[in-house]
Amino acid sequence: MENIMQESKKEEAKKERAKEYNDYVKQVTKTTSLSKNMLWAFIVGGLICTLGQGIGDVIKHYGVEEKAADSMTLLILIALSALLTGLNIYPKIGNFAGAGALVPITGFANSVAASAIEFKAEGFVMGLGCKIFTIAGPVILYGIFSSWILGVIYWAGQMFGWW
Amino acid sequence: MSEIIKGVRQMKGAQSIEFAAPPYILESACVCGSKEGEGPLKDTFDYIEEDSLFGCDTWEEAESALQEKTIDVLLEKSGYKKTDFRYIFAGDLMGQLIATTFGILKFEIPLFGLYGACSTMGEAISLASMTVAGGYANNVIAMASSHYASAEKTFRFPLEYSTQRPYSATWTVTGCGAVVIGNATNKSEKNMIKGKITGITTGKIVDYGCKDSQNMGACMAPAAADVIEQNLIDFGYEPGEYDKIITGDLGYVGQTILIDLLQRKGIEITDNHMDCGIEIFDSEKQDTHAGGSGCGCSATVLCGHILNNIKKGIWKKVLFVPTGALLSPTSFNEGQNVPGIAHAVMIEHPNK
Repeated sequence: MENIMQESKKEEAKKERAKEYNDYVKQVTKTTSLSKNMLWAFIVGGLICTLGQGIGDVIKHYGVEEKAADSMTLLILIALSALLTGLNIYPKIGNFAGAGALVPITGFANSVAASAIEFKAEGFVMGLGCKIFTIAGPVILYGIFSSWILGVIYWAGQMFGWW
Repeated sequence: MSEIIKGVRQMKGAQSIEFAAPPYILESACVCGSKEGEGPLKDTFDYIEEDSLFGCDTWEEAESALQEKTIDVLLEKSGYKKTDFRYIFAGDLMGQLIATTFGILKFEIPLFGLYGACSTMGEAISLASMTVAGGYANNVIAMASSHYASAEKTFRFPLEYSTQRPYSATWTVTGCGAVVIGNATNKSEKNMIKGKITGITTGKIVDYGCKDSQNMGACMAPAAADVIEQNLIDFGYEPGEYDKIITGDLGYVGQTILIDLLQRKGIEITDNHMDCGIEIFDSEKQDTHAGGSGCGCSATVLCGHILNNIKKGIWKKVLFVPTGALLSPTSFNEGQNVPGIAHAVMIEHPNK
């Protein structure tokens, strides 16, 4: 009995030390400046979107209808991102732009292309095939899952006449 | 040798060994990648490889080629043949030690494969010294390596993935260091001596509840503090006994914490502490944030910079303390803490 009491006391002390230590580590660890990060993310993310808008406008200017033009814009952005990933330029943009380079569709393309390049050496099936979505996989899974939930809500709403 | 055969007690304190007949570091070799070759210690490396793939197709093969090159350089510098070595103690960061397996395959030297995360060089030298001091071998090799790209692939993301690294993150060193440890039985070996290993203190796994694998300095600092304190207790030394107390890859964050933790115990090492991870890169110019890390970090800095300074007598006595963060991608994803480990090796100028 005494042993169990001592053990639990020891556990307590360990938890206490872990909490104290982690708080202390937070104090001494320099963090990146949030405002600077946000500014760069805003500028670079904005530029990528402006580029997309520009590409779309040019395509439409040559008489392509709106829906097809949108798809073509996305394809061009994805291809560009994959190319820049292969040339080791996209990671450099991401290094200072952070979410500005991550959130647009180019970031998604980067995560797929990067995995493809890295795991190709392990073979086209077990390497590239299995691991190409290591980073993008969760985005695809939970993206589809959340749209399914929204679909169910929408469907239910129609059934009950909410909208 | 006679003392060894009679079985002199070489245990010291709770966790240390004081060698009755100290083994020697006879030769060292270090090979690095191009980024290290642009850093402040560039002149201390034996060979700098510009091609980060080392002429291979994959990063894992590249790290093996790096080890192979290091042993080639070591054999060339020392004039030894591969058959002169009874054992090699070696390790790396890859799963199942594949870099070591394929790196030393062709040399056909009996192997003890080691994993101590980034503390592997300390572990290898400790065991190699015990083997030589115990009379089990005349000459052995201790070696450790890491490669930036193979480590990123194993522990983090594909290289081309665009991410932002926090300030606390370190940059894995592409490098390999190897030393010959022997008892210098003949005259030509006596002339080679670079340093003398007088003792070791083996570290325990220390877990302060740190979970952040992007702040490995914080994960490892408690282990470094623990083994340094133990070394001082076991030998009855003050920190000033050492010209330098040199940790492996704590980086800037870990250095601050280590000095703080020891100060709380009344041990002051501010003036003689040095960290290989801080020395190997120019953090501002090379964008390496908290510093260098990896087995190759402490191994290459030891085999170049540190042993040069010991041989020249600039430092008479140092405590070399490679530090390791014990995690795997699986343990990390499953929410385990990241404990640390550190091993201390006492290296002296040969004539001290």
